[in-house]
Amino acid sequence: MLEIKDLYASVNGKEILKGINLTIRKGEVHAIMGPNGSGKSTLSAVLVGNPAYEVTKGTVTFEGKDLLALKPEDRSHLGIFLSFQYPVEIPGVSMVNFMRTALNEKLKYEGKEPLSASAFLRLMREKRAIVELDNKLANRAVNEGFSGGEKKRNEIFQMAMLEPKLSILDETDSGLDIDALRIVGEGVTKLKTPETSCIVITHYQRLLDYIKPDIVHVLYNGRIVKTAGPELVMELEKRGYDWIKDEVGE
Amino acid sequence: MQNEPNKYVKELTQEKYKYGFTTDIQTDIIGKGLNEDVIRLISSKKKEPQWLLEFRLEAFRHWQTMKMPTWGHLTIPDIDYQAISYYADPTQKNKGPKSEEEIDPELIKTFNKLGIPLHEQRQLTGMAVDAVMDSVSVKTTFRETLMEKGIIFCPISEAVREHPDLVQKYLGSVVPYRDNFFAALNSAVFSDGSFVYIPKGVRCPMELSTYFRINAAKTGQFERTLIVADDDSYVSYLEGCTAPMRDENQLHAAIVEIYVHDNAEVKYSTVQNWYPGDANGNGGILNLVTKRGLCKGVNSKLSWTQVETGSAITWKYPSCVLAGDNASAEFYSVAVTNNYQQADTGTKMIHIGKNTSSTIVSKGISAGKSQNSYRGLVRVSEHADNARNYSQCDSLLLGSECGAHTFPYMDIHNDTAVVEHEATTSKINEDQLFYCNQRGIPTEQAVGLIVNGYAKEVINKLPMEFAVEAQKLLSVSLEGTVG
Repeated sequence: MLEIKDLYASVNGKEILKGINLTIRKGEVHAIMGPNGSGKSTLSAVLVGNPAYEVTKGTVTFEGKDLLALKPEDRSHLGIFLSFQYPVEIPGVSMVNFMRTALNEKLKYEGKEPLSASAFLRLMREKRAIVELDNKLANRAVNEGFSGGEKKRNEIFQMAMLEPKLSILDETDSGLDIDALRIVGEGVTKLKTPETSCIVITHYQRLLDYIKPDIVHVLYNGRIVKTAGPELVMELEKRGYDWIKDEVGE
Repeated sequence: MQNEPNKYVKELTQEKYKYGFTTDIQTDIIGKGLNEDVIRLISSKKKEPQWLLEFRLEAFRHWQTMKMPTWGHLTIPDIDYQAISYYADPTQKNKGPKSEEEIDPELIKTFNKLGIPLHEQRQLTGMAVDAVMDSVSVKTTFRETLMEKGIIFCPISEAVREHPDLVQKYLGSVVPYRDNFFAALNSAVFSDGSFVYIPKGVRCPMELSTYFRINAAKTGQFERTLIVADDDSYVSYLEGCTAPMRDENQLHAAIVEIYVHDNAEVKYSTVQNWYPGDANGNGGILNLVTKRGLCKGVNSKLSWTQVETGSAITWKYPSCVLAGDNASAEFYSVAVTNNYQQADTGTKMIHIGKNTSSTIVSKGISAGKSQNSYRGLVRVSEHADNARNYSQCDSLLLGSECGAHTFPYMDIHNDTAVVEHEATTSKINEDQLFYCNQRGIPTEQAVGLIVNGYAKEVINKLPMEFAVEAQKLLSVSLEGTVG
């Protein structure tokens, strides 16, 4: 589904990613862990085409298409979704209007008719339930006045609405209390199908208790320095990252 | 006098201003220039009584002693007042049309194209329209229906003839011709606009609206609108405007006067979409307007809502004089400037009566190389006990070559006044745009969404049909400004 080859990227002239290689197949869940500043968020930003990041080398293909040549909105239409670490507020724009515009743009891209107002509201109701998002929140402006937990639940709600093929969760567990963590974790699990894949970027085991990874990578200093099975999560939780740094020889 | 040949409506499809077409219609245009003979000619064409001619001439003589003001944060091209024609009548083929059969089909076609059907049965339900092209009202719908309730809604030139007492009593009572340079000019040469009178205790059952269209070249439009709401009455009035795309500037110098009696309420909404000029700043309407309402009665209420996307230059301050005790007033404004457009707009709230309150919400949006200024005055006079004002002025910048400015003035002469002012300036946020992009919304649509969200508080004040129109207009006028 996704193939990253020798990817280099920088932000404000500073090189952050230094040769990432990663292949994700249909149905897989990959966890990407690593100390702060290792490049995890940069990787997610580059995959969704954030213009603040510059790709200096390498290729990314998604279902055979050259992903880096596509505009951010078209990457979204092809089925790539990012749950932002810090979702922004858009004052005055209701969630209903925002989601309806987003969904209709996707349908337009696929050459389909836009959803009727009633069909759309029905869909919203159904998907809201997955992350226990209150109707009141759904009627408010995008993320405006939402608590940290509500913002993250709102991200997963949008994921449910857009039904992406590849979801990237960028520290979705940060700032969540236990209940919100459960709701988000279970929500993502409910949305998972054998056809869809997931990249979970996190520091902790707790989200991975809900979303079981098939493969775990450690990103350090802009490179993937270790790849293993789910057992690596436990080990990292216990030992931290220093032993990996030692292994890499720094 | 000259006559223009009668051809078909032709469309100039350059750019995105979709109302930029010209109607080629036989139009009676008087010779260019301004002098007392021209004023006499206008007055005689309108078959006006002597008092009104005197009013015009006095205004003209006063205007000649005045200089054009220069205090606006605007660069206004020199206006050669002798190079403008002050009267253009596109209905001359059929003088004073009464029924729709008698209206020139070209005019019906033009207004249809503007989305203003002149057939009553095809109208949006619940809205009466006075359609004005150049200097003349073409048709006013639902007049009979309204008359059954005693409501007068007609072109002001007709009101002068049919309701002379009312017009003479109120004309110039809120905006005297000595008020300012453009008010004096308008008072000398004003042409059509609407006259509205809501009798005591009547709640106007439909929205009243006037659609102003400039068509003829090298002419100015001098709209004059007068709205009187008698005791315990209510009316909601809407105004829309468009003009063809031309390389030269055209002048629109209007006066709107509103007189609100005891316990009456007037809501006045504007969606201003005059031709803004091209992307290089050529052409466009100079929109230099005096709008003022007098809340004369106790508990009277006046609300201005404006969405300004058009004109090369917009210079106006829809204002309220809160003379009656417990009077209240609102001003809700969105002003968009793009390319080389300039706007210096805001309001004046003059508190005179006791326990009066006013609210100002102004949202400026600047893009391209445009300059957008909010200018507002809150005055609380000596006897205006317990006056309240809340002002909120927000500016949104799209791009780095545009300017946003705020000039708030406060003039408080009573210690019991409570006056609050909040102001913010922000740039459209890259993170917001990218968030939209990631969800599949292209930048153009994202700008539209974000700007409409920003302006929502004001848009929500508009009647439904206008709100939808205004939302589209905001998005269209900012296309291509980001990314």
